[in-house]
Amino acid sequence: MPDSLPLESVGIVTPQTLHFDTPITLACGQTLDNYDLVVETYGTLNADASNAILICHALSGHHHAAGYHSMDDRKPGWWDSCIGPGKPIDTNRFFVVSLNNLGGCHGSTGPNSVNPATGKPYGPDFPVITVKDWVDSQAALADRLGIQSWAAVVGGSLGGMQALQWSLSYPDRLRHALIIASTPRLTAQNIAFNEVARNAITSDPEFHDGRYYDHDTVPRRGLMLARMIGHITYLSDASMGEKFGRELRDQAYKFGYDAEFQVESYLRYQGERFSESFDANTYLLMTRALDYFDPAYEFDNSLAEAMTHARCEFLVLSFSTDWRFTPARSEELVNAMVAARRKVSYAEIDAPWGHDAFLIPTPRYTDVFSAYMDRVAREVNV
Amino acid sequence: MRTDLQIIEQWIKPGSHVLDLGCGDGTLLDYLQREKRASGFGLEINPDHITTCMGRGVAVIEQNLDTQGLQNFDDQSFDVVLMTQALQAVRRPDKVLDEMLRLGREGIVTFPNFAYWRLRWYLMRRGRMPESETLPYRWYNTPNIHLCTFKDFEALCHRKNFRIKNRTVVDGQHQDRWFSRLWPNMLGQIAIYRITRQED
Repeated sequence: MPDSLPLESVGIVTPQTLHFDTPITLACGQTLDNYDLVVETYGTLNADASNAILICHALSGHHHAAGYHSMDDRKPGWWDSCIGPGKPIDTNRFFVVSLNNLGGCHGSTGPNSVNPATGKPYGPDFPVITVKDWVDSQAALADRLGIQSWAAVVGGSLGGMQALQWSLSYPDRLRHALIIASTPRLTAQNIAFNEVARNAITSDPEFHDGRYYDHDTVPRRGLMLARMIGHITYLSDASMGEKFGRELRDQAYKFGYDAEFQVESYLRYQGERFSESFDANTYLLMTRALDYFDPAYEFDNSLAEAMTHARCEFLVLSFSTDWRFTPARSEELVNAMVAARRKVSYAEIDAPWGHDAFLIPTPRYTDVFSAYMDRVAREVNV
Repeated sequence: MRTDLQIIEQWIKPGSHVLDLGCGDGTLLDYLQREKRASGFGLEINPDHITTCMGRGVAVIEQNLDTQGLQNFDDQSFDVVLMTQALQAVRRPDKVLDEMLRLGREGIVTFPNFAYWRLRWYLMRRGRMPESETLPYRWYNTPNIHLCTFKDFEALCHRKNFRIKNRTVVDGQHQDRWFSRLWPNMLGQIAIYRITRQED
């Protein structure tokens, strides 16, 4: 809890729920007749609505990207390091929009929302959502906010996929896409990790085929395991080594199977905390959205061909120790953009924290991010 | 803008698609895209230069020629491939030149002339590796691992069947001087070459 808010914070923010009545047709063929999106905004939209930035969240993210909800908050929003006055996404210059995606579990319509057809939570009946669907719903959000064109769409990891999809789905509605620690498609290994996570959830006896709400329970154990395996892929060997090494909680081995190493108790703690705040069906949905994302698929598996449809400029950033979405994956994307003659800048940031590095403000990351965003700001005269 | 860049700029047609190997802070590409409607990319490894490029709207890609090569670029995908003051610092200049003309119809290269009279004089008088304003390093810490002369470069072009479309020289301040044009291998400090494949 901050005693006083840091100067470079957007301060106390209040999320708002926007209701949408125009049906949205999803990639799976189903239609959602109406839905809610929970949104936070920071900064002020200028007169010609040219200074708007869309923040797209990753797997476990949500609308609360920056600032605090109350003075009692232990921590600020998940990307507070990069959004705020004087930060790379400078709220003195930009109007920043951050939402909880469709299918999420932080207030936007998702599996834990009430299905109007049955009066019960959707659970497994909630349609599988794709990155493209998210982008369509975000376009509806842009319409609602009076934003014809984003100065930039920005995202890390799964959020970067949304930024990339924006450039293809709505090429004329964004000037820049910033794709950070992301990938144009998952590898077999990435999908394999997701499968283990899903399996952990669906094999939990409390899962009840996704209808655990009706049984007044949650598959806590499965969700915890899913998060534990996910969490390992977000860190690097070196950063885990530095944080925990082989440190034991007590002095000596106990010759048992409880959490004896610090890393074990850390993972358990992370998993438990997560399982108390996240919805298992949303976790399944988000991982599936990751698996399905593959913009090259419709273009005979040619990413370069796909990229010829984009009009915006790109910044692609990767992190040296990210083994989940390696620099090579970002380079694959950059090469496709180069082949398609799209304007792209790319940097590989040296950082020890693995995939999570995109949330941590290292000097070079901040410099590059700020320099690029400064130029975006100058372009729209703010 | 530096004189060598002004000379290069004149050799680039409006609307060209340009690749600048070792683009530095992006001065030339910035100029080309503003004044000549050029498009393209710069490759760079210096983090500060990369940041500067991004800040001024030059498309820059972090890529190391020596370790990563240029395999990720398609044949003949650029009108011009540039390399200013970097040829002498790469591991295999001959292969980089091959790559330049694989990627582009035309290559423009600048490098310090090691046969410049002051360098000759330095070596002769002191018997030590020359240091100068264009080569401000000691032998053990210099990034310039493949220094050559005008004559060396032309011999390589000849061997590789490259055609030299233009050549010019400037001094250490990048000024164009009549006397260095008179006897370039002796009096020219910085060489500027424009090359293509022979058949063009």
